[in-house]
Amino acid sequence: MSEPPVSRGPAASDAGLTRSLLTGWGRTAATAARVLRPSTVEQVRDALQMVRAGGPAPSRGVAVRGLGRSYGDAAQSAGGTVVDLTGLDAVRDLQVREGDALLTCAAGASLHDLLRLLVPQGWFVPVTPGTRYVTVGGAIAADVHGKNHHRDGSFASHVESLSLLDGRGEAHLIGPQSDPEAFWATAGGMGLTGVIVEATLRLLPVQSSWMLVDTERAANLDDLLDRLSSRDHLYRYSVAWIDCLATGRSAGRGVITRGEHAPADALHGRATARAWAVPSGPLVSLPGPLPAGLLNRASVAAFNEAWFRKAPRHRAGELQPFPRFFHPLDGVGDWNAVYGRRGFLQYQFVVPIQREDTLREVLARLRGARVPSFLAVLKRFGPADPGPLSFPRPGWTLALDIPAGLPGLAGLLDECDLLVAEAGGAVYLAKDSRMRPELLSMMYPRLEEWKGTRDRLDPDRIFRTDLSRRLNL
Amino acid sequence: MIDALGAPQSVLVLGGTSEIATAVLDRFSAQRLRRVVLAGRDPAALQVIAQRFRSNGVAAVAVETFDAADTDTHESLLDRVWAGGDIDVALLAFGVLGDQRAAEADPGLAVDWARVNYLGGLSLGLGCARRLREQGHGVLVLLSSVAGERARRSNFVYGSAKAGLDALGQGLADALHGSGARVLVVRPGFVKDRMTRGLPIPPLSTTPAQVAEVVTAAIASGRGTVWAPPALRWVMLVLRHVPRALFRRLPI
Repeated sequence: MSEPPVSRGPAASDAGLTRSLLTGWGRTAATAARVLRPSTVEQVRDALQMVRAGGPAPSRGVAVRGLGRSYGDAAQSAGGTVVDLTGLDAVRDLQVREGDALLTCAAGASLHDLLRLLVPQGWFVPVTPGTRYVTVGGAIAADVHGKNHHRDGSFASHVESLSLLDGRGEAHLIGPQSDPEAFWATAGGMGLTGVIVEATLRLLPVQSSWMLVDTERAANLDDLLDRLSSRDHLYRYSVAWIDCLATGRSAGRGVITRGEHAPADALHGRATARAWAVPSGPLVSLPGPLPAGLLNRASVAAFNEAWFRKAPRHRAGELQPFPRFFHPLDGVGDWNAVYGRRGFLQYQFVVPIQREDTLREVLARLRGARVPSFLAVLKRFGPADPGPLSFPRPGWTLALDIPAGLPGLAGLLDECDLLVAEAGGAVYLAKDSRMRPELLSMMYPRLEEWKGTRDRLDPDRIFRTDLSRRLNL
Repeated sequence: MIDALGAPQSVLVLGGTSEIATAVLDRFSAQRLRRVVLAGRDPAALQVIAQRFRSNGVAAVAVETFDAADTDTHESLLDRVWAGGDIDVALLAFGVLGDQRAAEADPGLAVDWARVNYLGGLSLGLGCARRLREQGHGVLVLLSSVAGERARRSNFVYGSAKAGLDALGQGLADALHGSGARVLVVRPGFVKDRMTRGLPIPPLSTTPAQVAEVVTAAIASGRGTVWAPPALRWVMLVLRHVPRALFRRLPI
């Protein structure tokens, strides 16, 4: 007896089109989509035209993807089309005049590539998040922030103009002056108003690639908040690492690092010879998902203890290469695999200044649930920009990475969401992978205004992501 | 969409009056559930369950009437369901246990039950799988049984259909690999519910609520085959390898 022949079609083909499984950086909730990687704006336009003309699965829509650093489902679209813009990464123009510089580049250019190009010429990106492996388009779509938010605002505040292909395939050159409504719906709009294909940014002049860093320890949460409130304004960059597992009198203890771009005359030792050093790619990579359970309460508590102890009580004026200051994890490729097969999420929220009580309560609940988080970051935001879906607003933002398999996590975070929403705060959409859609309008009170602008730019709703489906955006 | 922590927003239950299915919906309705389609034979009974989830805050609860044995109607049923939007979890929960001795006396009865338990599952399982593949996400949950894992004297007619359904699930899981859609095969042991009322209760029996807990945990973790209670996995591992002469004499 012979077995019947086994058919061996492509595992994931649909009407002859190969699909790829996509997730965000948290490696949760994978869905399949057809991925196109255009290398010209014309090809982007063609892709949109094809989706609109009722190509394969038009109702499933199209999503734009950069380097996939959103933690959740913002850059994937189940059953639809995903346009990977990383092929559109050309730098078109750098205009320098009177100490100012304007950079025009394609949206798929990464901050990594830009920094490598710009730093040796004495320029820095105006805002960088905790990784430089994000694209300019993604940075605008999520309106990302960095350690300088309290002074410089978020990324979109430094965008002079951008070129947007809307849902009808029409190109618009928009800026905060020329079409503020479309511009600010696109900044923070999570890619749902159109495809950002090019942007012009204002750069920051620097005198070296080094940072002058002050480090101090805070013994508990009160001490930490006090130090951040009273002295952040003295620095361009400031952030605190917070130990979410410490209890009792040490609850909320942390390490504050603040700094400035080092002026040329501050360099000494090895920094002098390498005044304009720029990073290469990651030095090492994880081989793949690590076994579950590697990150547990004991290992994370031990890590946190060591991290706190190794930080100096107070140290001023330390020279650090900028990647160590801004992007400590970029040295390890695919570090997200450390969380194993189930993946992880990053919970990031903001509550207004004066709502320290909510921050305290959320921290107490996370601590009470013994959430093993070794990357918890606290920052004091400055003024908000005008984007209706922009996340940063004056207040305290806390971000922490949590393994997705943690028992009871869903209920715990739902409770925290409610506290945050009731305090007038919000959860960051670029990090979200699980929030309750009903809370969105409470966290983003101008949601309807944003939807109105989106409907003008994409009347047929061709831009759809798993995030927009999940949150009914 | 199913979120990062495994909570779905829309669920289709085929066999809508199943107590296991209702227990699964109970768990999901406390999370993110917005749309439920309850499909089954008895509209009145389905409406009662539908009302319960409406009052639990599920925004859209619909009832569809269908017969698992009437395979000709299945495609149009699934078309109607999917016309209302994506399905995150499709749960095949229908089945008849039947009386083993009666089936041995009247093969026609056995065929009728197999039409439901196997052919119905085959038709709807394939139909759901195709649609889940097209939408690029979602989980197909098949309620198999340990009865299909090793045939037993006491219920092998039922077990043979479940064995077929189980094989369908395992194969579909491979077929859907990489498509964004997944298959979860659930192998409960003896479940104390309407279907087994009046039967003697063996050791390692379980309840619909306990099976539901296993199902929701597996949807969150991404596992492909689970037993309820979970300890049955190891019991069945042993039982599968017990020599037939001995197995026949076991009081199970």
